[in-house]
Amino acid sequence: MSCFDIKNLNLYYGDFQALKGINMNILKNNITAFIGPSGCGKSTLIKSLNRMNDLIENCRITGKVELFGESIYGDMDVNLLRKRVGMVFQKPNPFPMSVYDNIAFGPRTHGIKSKPQLNEIVERSLQDAAIWGELKDRLGKSALGLSGGQQQRLCVARALAVEPEVLLLDEPTSALDPISTGKIEELLLTLKNRYSIIIVTHNMQQATRISDYTAFFLLGEVIEFGPTENLFSMPVDKRTENYITGRFG
Amino acid sequence: MPNGDIMNKNKSFSLEILMRGVFLSCAAVSILAVLLICLFLFANGIPGIGKIGLLDFLTGTSWKPNDIPASFGILPMIVGSCLVTLGAISIGVPIGVASAVFMAFCCPKNLYKILKPAINLLAGIPSVIYGFFGMAAIVPVFGNSIISACILLGLMILPTVIGLSESALRAVPEQFYEGALALGSGHYRAVYRVALPAAKSGVMAAVVLGVGRAIGETMAVIMVAGNQARMPKDMFPIPKGLFRGIRTLTANIVIEMGYAAELHREALIATGVVLLIFILIINLCFGDTLRRKKQ
Ligand SMILES: Nc1ncnc2c1ncn2[C@@H]1O[C@H](COP(=O)(O)OP(=O)(O)OP(=O)(O)O)[C@@H](O)[C@H]1O
Ligand SMILES: [Mg+2]
Repeated sequence: MSCFDIKNLNLYYGDFQALKGINMNILKNNITAFIGPSGCGKSTLIKSLNRMNDLIENCRITGKVELFGESIYGDMDVNLLRKRVGMVFQKPNPFPMSVYDNIAFGPRTHGIKSKPQLNEIVERSLQDAAIWGELKDRLGKSALGLSGGQQQRLCVARALAVEPEVLLLDEPTSALDPISTGKIEELLLTLKNRYSIIIVTHNMQQATRISDYTAFFLLGEVIEFGPTENLFSMPVDKRTENYITGRFG
Repeated sequence: MPNGDIMNKNKSFSLEILMRGVFLSCAAVSILAVLLICLFLFANGIPGIGKIGLLDFLTGTSWKPNDIPASFGILPMIVGSCLVTLGAISIGVPIGVASAVFMAFCCPKNLYKILKPAINLLAGIPSVIYGFFGMAAIVPVFGNSIISACILLGLMILPTVIGLSESALRAVPEQFYEGALALGSGHYRAVYRVALPAAKSGVMAAVVLGVGRAIGETMAVIMVAGNQARMPKDMFPIPKGLFRGIRTLTANIVIEMGYAAELHREALIATGVVLLIFILIINLCFGDTLRRKKQ
């Protein structure tokens, strides 16, 4: 079953066309990786899936994006969309408040006030993000005091706390050391049973390690999209091959 | 040519020293000014306090410089300054912070082009003009009273509070705001629950400077406050009591300095000492906030 169905999506920043006729079918309960050189539009595409592009002035979109069959650029409530499609940013961005309040922010936003219920959500989210053990004694401490890797897993937990259906991650490990990176990758693998995951990465090994499907982007176009194994072992397009073998000019 | 080189070097070297001296002495002017002000005030005020007695001066409830024997208790004026400042803060801070939020996060560009200069202008208006405004627009409604003084001072601290709060809010990294939106939060919730708390120390600094401005304001207050020395018990029943006049430390000095002599004059200078100590205390207590904001 597909979670995102992207049909002929074009995106313009002013006169500049950043995405050109994207057609993709992203499957539920899979990890889909977006790879490609800098500036090819990976972040732009991922941001059009939860409409973070709405914040950018003179950003114009044509085409269709459906989340489980519902058009997200139609009359879907943006806030509800973002609740259903969580996002983790490249740079860890915990709010300048306590660990607890960081996690509780989302659920509170969506109307959960009962303390026991919030406690339970905080514990479950931190456990799901594999960081409960490290943080259970520091729930009242400021989240800014955590290490970069802990902050990023906290951000994953924060995204999970609103019970999304899809998780978008834009280069979530690019600012992290190998051990923290490994932890996040493990985490994503355990999460894919319950969530559909889309991850942007510059790290080809990472894509092969964790993703089921990979899309290769170039200059705003999808060049090749298929099962990760196939794409890396026998790429159909010459440009894909050049890129994954590092011969990209 | 090596000779010329060295000459050049020496020349620029002595220029360095000269310039350093110039900058240093300019900086020294402000330090010197602060020191001289403190020295003058303390030297002239302390003897007066000695004659009146510190306790009688600070906690005395009657100020009757012309009676025989005269009494010089400034407690009513301390109360007045504190009350008026408190009132100004409770009016000016909420409005100011909300305006800053609006300007930093919600303001259409065209409106901002009008709003920002208007607020800068508000900061530049002399206090005596505020006073006229108060006499013409506030006093007819609220009388020469505490409440008029609070409203007027609340207006006067607005530009300080708005300006500093706005820059603190603008310094909040975009990523906090985006993070909140990505969780499904609306714009206002993201601003009030994430961006505003993140700017907390800057907003605190704005409040502290507002307090400083309110407590030191003189001319405008004199023009609308009625200037009767009063104790807290006169404020009751609220709200009726709030429509009575009040006298602040600053007003006390300015109104009587023109004709005061001898002990009366010394008592007024001592009033200035008390005011200065208030300001010093505020700066010492909250200087930390002010400094942290700059980092
Ligand atoms: N806000 C914007 N306004 C104008 N152009 C933009 C904006 N954001 C991105 N672009 C342009 O759109 C193109 C795609 O950018 P995008 O950030 O999606 O690339 P990316 O694939 O994520 O690159 P990277 O790997 O470096 O993160 C780039 O050419 C970029 O310059
Ligand atoms: Mg990117």
